[in-house]
Amino acid sequence: MLPSALANGLRRVGAGSRQAIARVGFAARFFVAVLRQTPTAFRRIQLTLREVYFAGVLSLVVIMVSGLFVGMVLGLQGYDTLNRYGAGDSLGIFVGLSLVRELGPVVAGLLFASRAGSAITAEIGLMKTTEQLSAMEMMAVDPLARIIAPRFWGGVISMPLLAALFSVMGVFGAYIVGVRLIGVDNGTFWGNMQAGIDFWPDVTNGIIKSFVFGIAVSLIAVFEGFDAKPTAEGVSSATTRTVVGGSLAILALDFVLTVFMFRGIG
Amino acid sequence: MNRSTIDLWVGIFVTIGVGAIVFLALKVGNLTSLSAQPSYRLEARFDNIGGLKLRAPVKAAGVVVGRVAGVTLDPKTYEAVVALNVDKGYEFSKDTIASILTSGLLGEVYIGLEAGGDPQMLAADARIAKTQSAVVLEKLISQFMFDKASSGSTK
Repeated sequence: MLPSALANGLRRVGAGSRQAIARVGFAARFFVAVLRQTPTAFRRIQLTLREVYFAGVLSLVVIMVSGLFVGMVLGLQGYDTLNRYGAGDSLGIFVGLSLVRELGPVVAGLLFASRAGSAITAEIGLMKTTEQLSAMEMMAVDPLARIIAPRFWGGVISMPLLAALFSVMGVFGAYIVGVRLIGVDNGTFWGNMQAGIDFWPDVTNGIIKSFVFGIAVSLIAVFEGFDAKPTAEGVSSATTRTVVGGSLAILALDFVLTVFMFRGIG
Repeated sequence: MNRSTIDLWVGIFVTIGVGAIVFLALKVGNLTSLSAQPSYRLEARFDNIGGLKLRAPVKAAGVVVGRVAGVTLDPKTYEAVVALNVDKGYEFSKDTIASILTSGLLGEVYIGLEAGGDPQMLAADARIAKTQSAVVLEKLISQFMFDKASSGSTK
């Protein structure tokens, strides 16, 4: 027989793995169940619109202000670096490509995870803690249809719009710094940008990315809320997991998507 | 929060979000170009335009007076036909020389206009007769090397 200390250690590892796998399985089944409720979320569009308001409209300020500042910093830093090689005129394409391909979807997604994702998790977790979800089931109202699906789709709809707004504000910020303050030629700025960025594949790939991030963050947010331990501590750790897990999921998915999208594009 | 207020805000949000995507498509991408100032069109033909791009600036004495509006190839003469939009208010004499220049070694390519002394001015849609093509660096270097080599062999 194994010494009991070693056996206990192995038991703990086994239990941990079993729970982790069970959680992944539960998350996958949960995702399918939420998708099944999609018709309900769109038939009762008022519920979804309310969530678009909370997830999207209320995130507008933070997204637009961050976008503006990110763009202004890109303008300053980009010009400084490009100018060392006498290529300060390429500021437009530098800023445009960085924002449309990467920074727009990714930074908007990170902000969305911390601004809207955490709120969704906390709300659903608290509903569970106060037994509102169980009460609904008692009244034969499916909480997946009434609570979860509208929040999921509200997030998925909001995310691409927020990412596009972020990119636009970033380009505008770079325009202010590059053209108005530093003095890059206006036509060169826009002309370079338009010559170097194509609607297909650059802009569309950015939109696809933000859509995927929206699905990932919204799913993590509603799942963590639904799966939270019904205590104050459980809700708080679920909210933390949403922000950490959502951000990591965005960065990892971004790498995977970039490998598939821009491989072979110069 | 009542229903119509939420509808209003969501409407505003979706509208500006879609507007942002349209802006990315049109202004950041290259589906169209916006231009505001009234301008007239000139045409110039070059043997070689080098790296001249659409919307590159047209400068006279270093001042931007217009933009490149179109670059096409004449299928008969194999010359590049460049359309220039020059701001109304700037007029150039008939013997103006248009040349393709580069600001710095790696800088942007633009068209320089050097006005001559002719009292008659170029009308709209006129062609600039005197042009100077882009200097292709590789050709210049090979010419220089060639000269060096041939002068070396005669010694």
